[in-house]
Amino acid sequence: MGNFIKDRKPQDDPWTPYTGLEDVDNLPTGDVYVPFEEWQSQKEALKLRNNRLGVILENTDDVAELVPDFDRLDLVVLQFPKMADGRAFTQAKLLRERYGYTGEIRAVGDVLHDQVFYMQRCGFNAFEMRPDQDIPTVLHAFDEMTVTYQPSADEELPIWRR
Amino acid sequence: MYQYSQDDHQLLQERVSQFRDQVSRRLKGDLSEDEFKQQRLRNGLYLQLHAYMLRVAVPYGLLSSEQMRTLAHIARTYDRGYGHFSTRQNIQYNWPKLEDVPKILDDLAAVEMHAIQTSGNCIRNTTSDPLAGVARDEIADPRPYCELIRQWSTFHPEFNFLPRKFKIAVSGAIHDRAAVAVHDIGIRLIKKDAGELGLEIYVGGGLGRTPMIGKLIRDFLPPHDMLTYLEAILRVYNKLGRRDNLYKARIKILVHETGEEKFRELVEAEWQEVKESKLRLRDEDIKNIQAHFKDPDYENLSDFDSDFDKELISDPDFAKWADNNLELHKQDGYRVVYLSLKSKNQPTGDVTADQMDAIADLADKYSHGAIRSTHRQNLVLSDVRLKDLHSLWGELKTLDLATPNYNHLTDIISCPGMDYCALATARSIPIAQALTERFDTYDYVNDLGDISLNISGCINACGHHHVANIGILGVNKKGVEVYQITLGGSAREDASIGKIIGPAFTADKIVQAIADLLDVYLENREDPEETFLTAYRRLGPAPFKEKLYG
Repeated sequence: MGNFIKDRKPQDDPWTPYTGLEDVDNLPTGDVYVPFEEWQSQKEALKLRNNRLGVILENTDDVAELVPDFDRLDLVVLQFPKMADGRAFTQAKLLRERYGYTGEIRAVGDVLHDQVFYMQRCGFNAFEMRPDQDIPTVLHAFDEMTVTYQPSADEELPIWRR
Repeated sequence: MYQYSQDDHQLLQERVSQFRDQVSRRLKGDLSEDEFKQQRLRNGLYLQLHAYMLRVAVPYGLLSSEQMRTLAHIARTYDRGYGHFSTRQNIQYNWPKLEDVPKILDDLAAVEMHAIQTSGNCIRNTTSDPLAGVARDEIADPRPYCELIRQWSTFHPEFNFLPRKFKIAVSGAIHDRAAVAVHDIGIRLIKKDAGELGLEIYVGGGLGRTPMIGKLIRDFLPPHDMLTYLEAILRVYNKLGRRDNLYKARIKILVHETGEEKFRELVEAEWQEVKESKLRLRDEDIKNIQAHFKDPDYENLSDFDSDFDKELISDPDFAKWADNNLELHKQDGYRVVYLSLKSKNQPTGDVTADQMDAIADLADKYSHGAIRSTHRQNLVLSDVRLKDLHSLWGELKTLDLATPNYNHLTDIISCPGMDYCALATARSIPIAQALTERFDTYDYVNDLGDISLNISGCINACGHHHVANIGILGVNKKGVEVYQITLGGSAREDASIGKIIGPAFTADKIVQAIADLLDVYLENREDPEETFLTAYRRLGPAPFKEKLYG
């Protein structure tokens, strides 16, 4: 097992990312995720595949555009180009809360121990941790804080209404 | 004052454990300095020129005497016996050791204090009017709204990695004592003619390299919608704020580049999506928080006290102080007292541990055990009876906290400058001290009347020089520290950004230059009622320029 955590458990990652080289008609078998651009231009062809499909977004992509395809998308991958770049928090929150996406939302890039707590609160449930992260310690990070003030993906009401 | 719930306490304890773990990972080398930086900054811990600097939050400037004693204990035990009050009502310690910081946070947590989000690119401690709840010109008490913002913004999962830091200020009075116009979001509580309460929302104010006055993007928001509206603004900013250039990352640049109208549309569109969410405040949500900010048990007193009047006559020094450092109170028979942290013996905003303990005792004795910190780096005892003022003044005098200069020339705002700060390019404390020494005569300073002079030791403008009537900016020009003067700024309800008057002065010339500017004012004012700012706005820069540069 590598650096992948899903639903708070380390596990193998069944997904293959699109490398940018293949023709979408000749993608490897199995579950594949592709960039948003490819998804938009080739989604009808992709939907014919017998495997699960996912999409990886840039931080500037609008998650609302995925809504019509939610039933065919099992994975949305959101990126943290560097730790300090928090745009994917908003993307995840909108996907989960506003648009009601129920599939996997995965964090990739500069994904570090001290962010996963916030990520899970925004609706992420899968994490490709940066390779230097110590997975057993990271698993504790989900519960480091038990008190939360805001309504969020994991909590319906603000603290003053509970 | 807001009393912590069990949840608030637990959150602090968990936060301290988490930080203790981060410090130990750092000390073991499991966490690089770069990654630790992201974490320590969310706990108010900076690495400065000589040492770490810890900034402790004073939520909207309110302190109990017990908290003040803890601040004294920290200064004495883990630092060099003093602390520094900042322009955002917080307190900073300049010499803590990294390994002591978890212990400091433990001590703070025991009195419901912390350093959460006092730095880093997140929503910072909300600031407010130091006279909240007692001011005579108050429209509505801003503290409950500040507390709601504190709860909403603390560890906000979505807004903890913003493009840049984010500061919110709330004011509820006719006069703005919280500098709301120079915050990322400024909120003013207002009432319509019919008495209905609402919020004015200003966005995109700020100082630094690109000083800007906040734009009014909502002129009357029902208070119930405050948090949903803030959420909408923050979401637009988190999505669209620039991340390619540190100096262009504040929301003021986004508002400026997007255009005020378009920005308002973006916020309103986002708000339509969230305005009915669970964050919308119900009447009872606001009432429950308001219940934390009840008035103390005031006595029924007259606003005239014959002893006080006699003391004013018999004791001219007391009268000078009373003239400048008191403010009317909404309750008859009481006054608000400003404790000046601008004596000539201590750097601006600094307080020693002994002073802190003594202030805590004075608060217990004279002012219901409460202390406030102010945007202009002073402290306030908010509820002092007229009949106690003379004894209080006597005690303050022995503590060197009774300099009668509130809102006067020597009530200088100054950043720590190159004596402490890693970003500074020039010293500011020695300039503040030189000015305080030069303008040491009460009569002269008093005659100048209401005026503000602020000093920053670099372009980041922590000393708020842009919004001072007289601003001084220290920069390093070819290895020499020189000081640029700006005139005409204001941080109040008539907020404006000062303009540079001309070439900078060296450290040995700056004090005389300020004296010259003051002469121009004294010679040209219409009458002693005309303040420096009003006179400058009437005269324009020409006579000042003429005097300085010939």
